[in-house]
Amino acid sequence: MNSSVIVFPGSNCDRDIADALEKHQFKNKMVWHKESELPKSDLIVIPGGFSYGDYLRSGAIAGKSNILKEVVKAADKGCLVLGICNGFQILVETGLLKGALLKNKNLKFLSKDVYVKVVNSKNKFCNKYKENQVLKFNIAHNEGNFFTNPTHLKILEDEGLIAFKYCDSKGNINKENNPNGSLNNIAGIFNENKNILGMMPHPERMVDQIISNHDGVPLFAGLLN
Amino acid sequence: MKITDDIVENHGLKKDEFIKIKSLLNREPNLLELGIFSAMWNEHCSYKSSRIHLKNLPTKGNQVIQGPGENAGVIDIGDDDAIVFKIESHNHPSYIEPYQGAATGVGGILRDVFTMGARPIALLNSIHFGSPDHHKTKSLLNGVVSGIGGYGNCIGIPTVGGETKFNSTYNENILVNAMAVGHVKKNKIFYSKARGLNKSVVYVGSKTGRDGIHGASMASAEFDERTEEKKPTVQVGDPFTEKLLLEACLELMKDDSVISIQDMGAAGLTSSSVEMASKGELGMELHLEKIPCREENMSPYEMMLSESQERMLIILEDKKEDQAKKIFEKWDLDFVVIGKTTNTKNLTLKYSNKLVGEIPIEALASNAPLYDRKWIKKKLPEKKINLKALKKVKIEDALFKILSSPNQSNKNWVTEQYDQSVMCDTVQKSGSDAAIIRIHNKNKAIAVTVDSSANYCKAHPSTGGKQIVCESWRNLISVGAKPVAITNCLNFGNPENPEIMGEFVECLEGITEACKFLSYPVVSGNVSLYNGTNKKNIYPTPVIGGVGLIRSADNKINHIIKNEKNIIILIGKTFGHLYQSVFFEEIYSINEGPPPEVNLTNEKNNGEAVLNLLDKNLISSAHDVSSGGLIIALAEMSLASNYGIKIDKPKNLTNLFEYFYGEDQGRYLLEIEKNNLTEVHKILRANNIFNEIVGVTQENYFELSGEFKVNINELYKTNNKWYHNY
Repeated sequence: MNSSVIVFPGSNCDRDIADALEKHQFKNKMVWHKESELPKSDLIVIPGGFSYGDYLRSGAIAGKSNILKEVVKAADKGCLVLGICNGFQILVETGLLKGALLKNKNLKFLSKDVYVKVVNSKNKFCNKYKENQVLKFNIAHNEGNFFTNPTHLKILEDEGLIAFKYCDSKGNINKENNPNGSLNNIAGIFNENKNILGMMPHPERMVDQIISNHDGVPLFAGLLN
Repeated sequence: MKITDDIVENHGLKKDEFIKIKSLLNREPNLLELGIFSAMWNEHCSYKSSRIHLKNLPTKGNQVIQGPGENAGVIDIGDDDAIVFKIESHNHPSYIEPYQGAATGVGGILRDVFTMGARPIALLNSIHFGSPDHHKTKSLLNGVVSGIGGYGNCIGIPTVGGETKFNSTYNENILVNAMAVGHVKKNKIFYSKARGLNKSVVYVGSKTGRDGIHGASMASAEFDERTEEKKPTVQVGDPFTEKLLLEACLELMKDDSVISIQDMGAAGLTSSSVEMASKGELGMELHLEKIPCREENMSPYEMMLSESQERMLIILEDKKEDQAKKIFEKWDLDFVVIGKTTNTKNLTLKYSNKLVGEIPIEALASNAPLYDRKWIKKKLPEKKINLKALKKVKIEDALFKILSSPNQSNKNWVTEQYDQSVMCDTVQKSGSDAAIIRIHNKNKAIAVTVDSSANYCKAHPSTGGKQIVCESWRNLISVGAKPVAITNCLNFGNPENPEIMGEFVECLEGITEACKFLSYPVVSGNVSLYNGTNKKNIYPTPVIGGVGLIRSADNKINHIIKNEKNIIILIGKTFGHLYQSVFFEEIYSINEGPPPEVNLTNEKNNGEAVLNLLDKNLISSAHDVSSGGLIIALAEMSLASNYGIKIDKPKNLTNLFEYFYGEDQGRYLLEIEKNNLTEVHKILRANNIFNEIVGVTQENYFELSGEFKVNINELYKTNNKWYHNY
């Protein structure tokens, strides 16, 4: 599998995701934002960080960059695209995913380990997870409060376009276990074709037992299928 | 323009200092030159009150590659790896403008580390606020914590540890100390010493603005009722630019084009150019019209004194300019050759080829004033409290009161605002005795901690100084690390007051004695004096940042109880010292008497015994016994895990309060599996280490036999409410 990680000025999880991909046998290339061509890729990852310092609005400037035009083209042709944290915010800014990521409900940066539940495992990203499996992921963001209009929310729920929801250790989805105020506890969503996943939690931080756990491993392993 | 007495005073220079300037120059300085002298001769840059005392600190050791005097200290951690680290204060700016003050404190210390070629891998901090009831505390706490988080999170370096404390002594002068730790290959360390004639002096990074002019002078004076007016002297940080600067510098450092490099920190372009030239015994000529400016019509005076952030000065090898420029252009940063090294030993400043200032480098550096200030020795306070005469309290009531107090409460509210996991090498986050960071792509790791004990230092500075070094040493050992070296940030009041100067001198004596005894050298540091307002000085607050080495990250240990029915043993003797304890302060508002004694021999023996047991894998968890005493340490172990402890009553000490709340030093709690106990006792006996069994782990309940029994959920709730209700 060939993967590309897009690097913007201010990206800071680019090395982490590249390590995780290489650990899972991806042939990975780093792609600088000024480039106008993508290397051959089966998977494109837009990593976390503070692209362009989050100036204007998280992800807004990166969403207009040269390379993103190529990412959009590739995504339209069915290439797999994964946006993590700031990468999710960028995907929303480009319109590849719908909705918006607002400031966290407590208006503070929030970094902690949280539980998420796998809502839909019938897709390229989550096929190695069981449906309703509870995972422990790390989050670290200022703007992760997912918001959208009622029509889109209904589509997300009805058509299985929600990948993960925040929950407690037993998988209960409720207000108490919603760290940032996201609608319906949403932590990650797909596009209609489910070849694009945007998620606030960091699966690349969960691939090493000494550091955390292995809950991110099935995501990378599943993509290899 | 004639330099009047008022102008001299406004530059924070004393009359006799001005006379010295005139004699060094053999003439009157112009305003630009006077500004440069004031920037270099203030306390912050010149260490004029502290220098003669700092030279006694032990700074050498087998593992020390670079001691104090560079941008940061460097230690050898084996193979071809070295660790670069330093702590620095940003107290004054953070009080005036908490968010930017704290943020730029983080930015500044990060530049000190990556200037040396190291990639920063961890950030820590020690922040001290006034009483929670004070009207400014809440907004200062909010601002400082978001500032620290805002900078570290954005640049993508994990903030993994620190301490947050409250005491009314900081009501009008908070402390914000930031520590950065970086990793570098031993053969790729960069220094600030200039070398070679006619080499290009290059300005890189952000543009220069009018922010932070006289920042270092402001930081070298006490506050008064006009403090608010000093806001323009606070710099504004941009972590995004710093991230670009970090990546660009590390990219440039891959080959050998850089001769030397220095961050433009306090006193900006002035101090960076003077320090580089002074270390290299060279001169430097700068063409100020070339400086990239953010604002129009900036004068040479403003350019030389601006403390705009995210800038570096680099001396390049010949013919490397084009290649270097390409790297900085890639990262959208300014790159301008602004001058060259000369053999004049002068700082020569030109503007459009007109000479605007010329000062001998030595006049600014080694000829800076040096004061041997008067100081008074502090007597050990007497023990005057009759414990029996104090109002009776229940032992569990005291426990709950302490666990819910601002200083002992769970700090998740703070640490959850910091990204602790980015870079994927954080083996242990904050909340343990020390944080653990793995060396990327290797199995070895370092442990890092920051500590301070202002109450102890106030009561008896030399004991206090010793105690913090020991506490730092214990914290590293408690996570399985062998302590290697420290950095210190010495926060004190007005050195012109002999009592305060005495606190400084004696704390330093204590630090020196402990560091020598434990072979725990000081490799970098920072002095912050004049912490106070209107003659009210803060408690002496030296902060120690310690770094230790863990050979294998698999061998890490923490204070989380691993299983029920394990034995808890206490290493070290308990005498029941309650003076200066959290118990006296929180329960009786008593803060008199001497701090607990520090016995360095016991400290060393006990620590080495614990490391020995750890090496043999005989310990399930470990915890340093510090503020709050034994019962608080036991409660902290329970709070970190899902297990309680059944604690035995002491056999040899009758007063429960002295036994459980006394803050005697050199003690550790260890969780041991029953079948390892004989072996553990054998090793401890062989090494003459005093130890006793204090309890056994169990499910659900934290209890003291015959006194109280509480569910650990209750304990947890008590410990977690203060910040959320504040």
